[in-house]
Amino acid sequence: MSFSAQEMVEKTRKIVAPWKEKKGGLIPILQEVQKELGYISTEAMETISKELKIPKSEIYGVATFYAQFHLKPRGRHVVRVCRGTACHVRGSLAVLEKVKEITGIQENETTDDLRFTIEPVACLGACGLAPVMMVDSQTFGRLVPGKVQGILDTFR
Amino acid sequence: MTNKIRTLDDLRRIREASTDLTSARSKGRASIVVGMGTCGIAAGAREVMTAALQELEKRNIHDVSVTTTGCIGMCQQEPLVDVIAPGMGRITYGLVTPEDMAAIVAEHIVNGHIVERLVIGRAD
Amino acid sequence: MPIFRSHILVCGGTGCSSSGSQDVQKVLRDEIAKRNLDKEILVVQTGCHGMCEMGPIVVVYPEGTFYCRVQASDVPELVGEHIVKGRPVQRLLYSVPEDASRVPFYKDIPFYGKQHRIALKNCGYINPDNIEEYIARGGYEGLGKALTSMTSAQVIDEVKASGLRGRGGGGFPTGLKWSFAAKSPGPKKYVICNADEGDPGAFMDRSLIEGDPHAIIEGMMIGAYAIGADEGYVYCRAEYPLAIERLKTAIAQAEEFGLMGTDVLGTGFNFTLHIKEGAGAFVCGEETALMGSIEGRRGMPMPRPPFPAVHGLWGKPTNINNVETWANVAQIIVNGGAWYASMGTEKSKGTKVFALTGKVKHTGLVEVPMGITLREIIFDIGGGILNDRKFKAVQIGGPSGGCLTEEHLDLPVSYESLTGAGAIMGSGGMVVMDEDNCMVDVAKFFLEFTQRESCGKCVPCREGTKHMLLLLEKITSGRGTMEDISTLEQLAEMVREMSLCGLGQTAPNPVITTLRYFRDEYEAHIRDKRCPSHACTALLRYEIDPETCKRCGLCAKNCPVSCISGSRQEPYRIDQEKCIRCGTCFQKCPFGAIGKN
Ligand SMILES: Cc1cc2nc3c(=O)[nH]c(=O)nc-3n(C[C@H](O)[C@H](O)[C@H](O)COP(=O)(O)O)c2cc1C
Ligand code: FES
Repeated sequence: MSFSAQEMVEKTRKIVAPWKEKKGGLIPILQEVQKELGYISTEAMETISKELKIPKSEIYGVATFYAQFHLKPRGRHVVRVCRGTACHVRGSLAVLEKVKEITGIQENETTDDLRFTIEPVACLGACGLAPVMMVDSQTFGRLVPGKVQGILDTFR
Repeated sequence: MTNKIRTLDDLRRIREASTDLTSARSKGRASIVVGMGTCGIAAGAREVMTAALQELEKRNIHDVSVTTTGCIGMCQQEPLVDVIAPGMGRITYGLVTPEDMAAIVAEHIVNGHIVERLVIGRAD
Repeated sequence: MPIFRSHILVCGGTGCSSSGSQDVQKVLRDEIAKRNLDKEILVVQTGCHGMCEMGPIVVVYPEGTFYCRVQASDVPELVGEHIVKGRPVQRLLYSVPEDASRVPFYKDIPFYGKQHRIALKNCGYINPDNIEEYIARGGYEGLGKALTSMTSAQVIDEVKASGLRGRGGGGFPTGLKWSFAAKSPGPKKYVICNADEGDPGAFMDRSLIEGDPHAIIEGMMIGAYAIGADEGYVYCRAEYPLAIERLKTAIAQAEEFGLMGTDVLGTGFNFTLHIKEGAGAFVCGEETALMGSIEGRRGMPMPRPPFPAVHGLWGKPTNINNVETWANVAQIIVNGGAWYASMGTEKSKGTKVFALTGKVKHTGLVEVPMGITLREIIFDIGGGILNDRKFKAVQIGGPSGGCLTEEHLDLPVSYESLTGAGAIMGSGGMVVMDEDNCMVDVAKFFLEFTQRESCGKCVPCREGTKHMLLLLEKITSGRGTMEDISTLEQLAEMVREMSLCGLGQTAPNPVITTLRYFRDEYEAHIRDKRCPSHACTALLRYEIDPETCKRCGLCAKNCPVSCISGSRQEPYRIDQEKCIRCGTCFQKCPFGAIGKN
């Protein structure tokens, strides 16, 4: 998924349009932009600023405040190893280490072939199955480091 | 069917009409247990089961559960049907036909009279 | 309406879905259709049963037979044996870990035996996507009663009489909070449901929304009527896509049935409800930050007063409660405040849902009356410690909570008792730990969390947590001094007293309690450069026992940094300088010749 600067501006405009007269739109807009473009590009932030008449600094401030938003493109698959308490005491760190070892990247990094991005997550709410990891929208529970390779292999 | 609820009575009505949705998840006031071992099925237990469900539906009875059970070792008497109703213990009927089943629902479940001609066993 | 002789309930909660319940459901529907049973057997997707560890869970009614860890490949047998022939499939029944006996029925499983389900009443029992099932279970009766036969003041009095207190952490009396918002003047007011559930290790709010969304909606509408609001928001974490989906469906159905919108039940009461997705910031669970986030700003807490009841969302009077708090409201109205107050302790009434996780045999959601002891929760309901190891501590209340020990096991659980012991009720996360968990590491873990989530607005929290974390990192890597402990204590006190919001004020709790109850572990790390639980990798030493070593070479072959040498003639040994303590050799050795120290 990659778009030209012009495309980004247009797509963003469309997303902003219904929010122009309403309050509280910034976060839903950013969520929508990220869904469309895969990340929050500079072009997108500039467009939102112009359309909603709010300073760029404020948009940047909001976008960087929330863990959900990304200012850089991400891999095709996002791997989230749960770092919550329940998972921690059942050995999630070893699972994370295994993911890092297999992909060769650290948290918040993306592989060169844009296949994987690793992101930390506080808790996936599946603590009963700890340790847990999520690849895209699929959750995998009761993990041990030995299972990681098999799971990642299914995501090309 | 639109289900617009405009008054409290509408709500109660929908609640009435909806109880069947979950009533099969509680034991109900009485239960009918059909023996569905291989022998039971061979002897026609499936048809008996269907008859029980149809009769209950026809009579708009929603608080009686219908379940199946395996072979209880009296295969020559199959199809076997147990009816458990409060105050009447557990009655076992043998060689039940679909028509008998309808009668059992009418007599035993609705009127509270045990269908003596079919009884082959009793327990509390 | 046709009668189904049996209902098969398949859990569609997040836990069971990740263990494959969607496949089970699909194959089940196919199998039922293939055998022409679809006129007599109904397959229902439900919300979470709370026993996610044993998922996918399938319950067959009317018997109430409870099957666990069901896979798609088990379905033909389940239908053929149980549904057709009435013979429960023994191998899929729940088995009691103590004696491996099989338990066929829901009601007989010890995990559920001591529970008392009010908030979770419908979870796992009804199809959350069907409003009629909710109504069949008495749903919207509470709203009906409140709107048609009670004044708003009477509603508030009833909630006050119930003794219900906020389940989001603070434990503030709910009725009292409502009375503040009710008193604030103004035609425009809001109600908010806090479903941000940021406490890692807690998932009751997710399960409640997934399993019984209408209960939350009904509670909110009753609250809105009581305070005079006509609009509401549910602020839900974006990590909970299924919960958001279910809530959307529920709102649409309530509108379609005329239970939400204008002139509800002909009483002139109006209400609309919106969903806001959170964007991943723990501090947004704090009420003022949450409202900032709904308004589209950075979610940073504001000093109170003014309280939301006076100056809330967009400056209007607002009442905000937690998901579980809302879930109790309708039943309080239907059954009366006195009924609710008859359960629990003197000051903590009713029941509380706990998320029991970590090193216990049965992890899951448990709803118990207040006043039950920790021992009952962990050992009777939870079945004790995994692999029969020794209980060491239970962490209650998440990053703001604390670790309690053996000596607290007989403590009756209530807001007051937990606070007195140094933990907090919080949202009800209970993470059980055994001998393998290092308490210094746990304290460090929580500080990493709060430090990352600190919003940065006030200095004591932003800088204080950072320096506490640095000290803990120093200690767990073996470079600590005794002085560090007292510095840590001073910092903890400072951060607690001077921070702006609850995040900073409570962030030191995990450090304070572990220092209070496990000081010797801190000292072992510092004085002996040793981690008694063998959890802090920097302090570990792997060694090969030359007597037990069979010289197979498996360890050397698997070592990622090639620091093991030896041969057929000579026992293998580890070069401690090069060793990265990954533990691979320890796992690979078939003879248990490698020791961890
Ligand atoms: C840092 C911080 C995080 C919080 N997170 C949550 C949360 O995730 N869910 C919640 O219901 N309350 C949370 N709270 C508490 C809320 O501020 C507020 O007290 C609560 O929503 C009120 O509802 P209640 O009275 O029903 O408990 C948090 C508070 C703080 C200080
Ligand atoms: S702690 Fe990992 S899913 Fe909750």
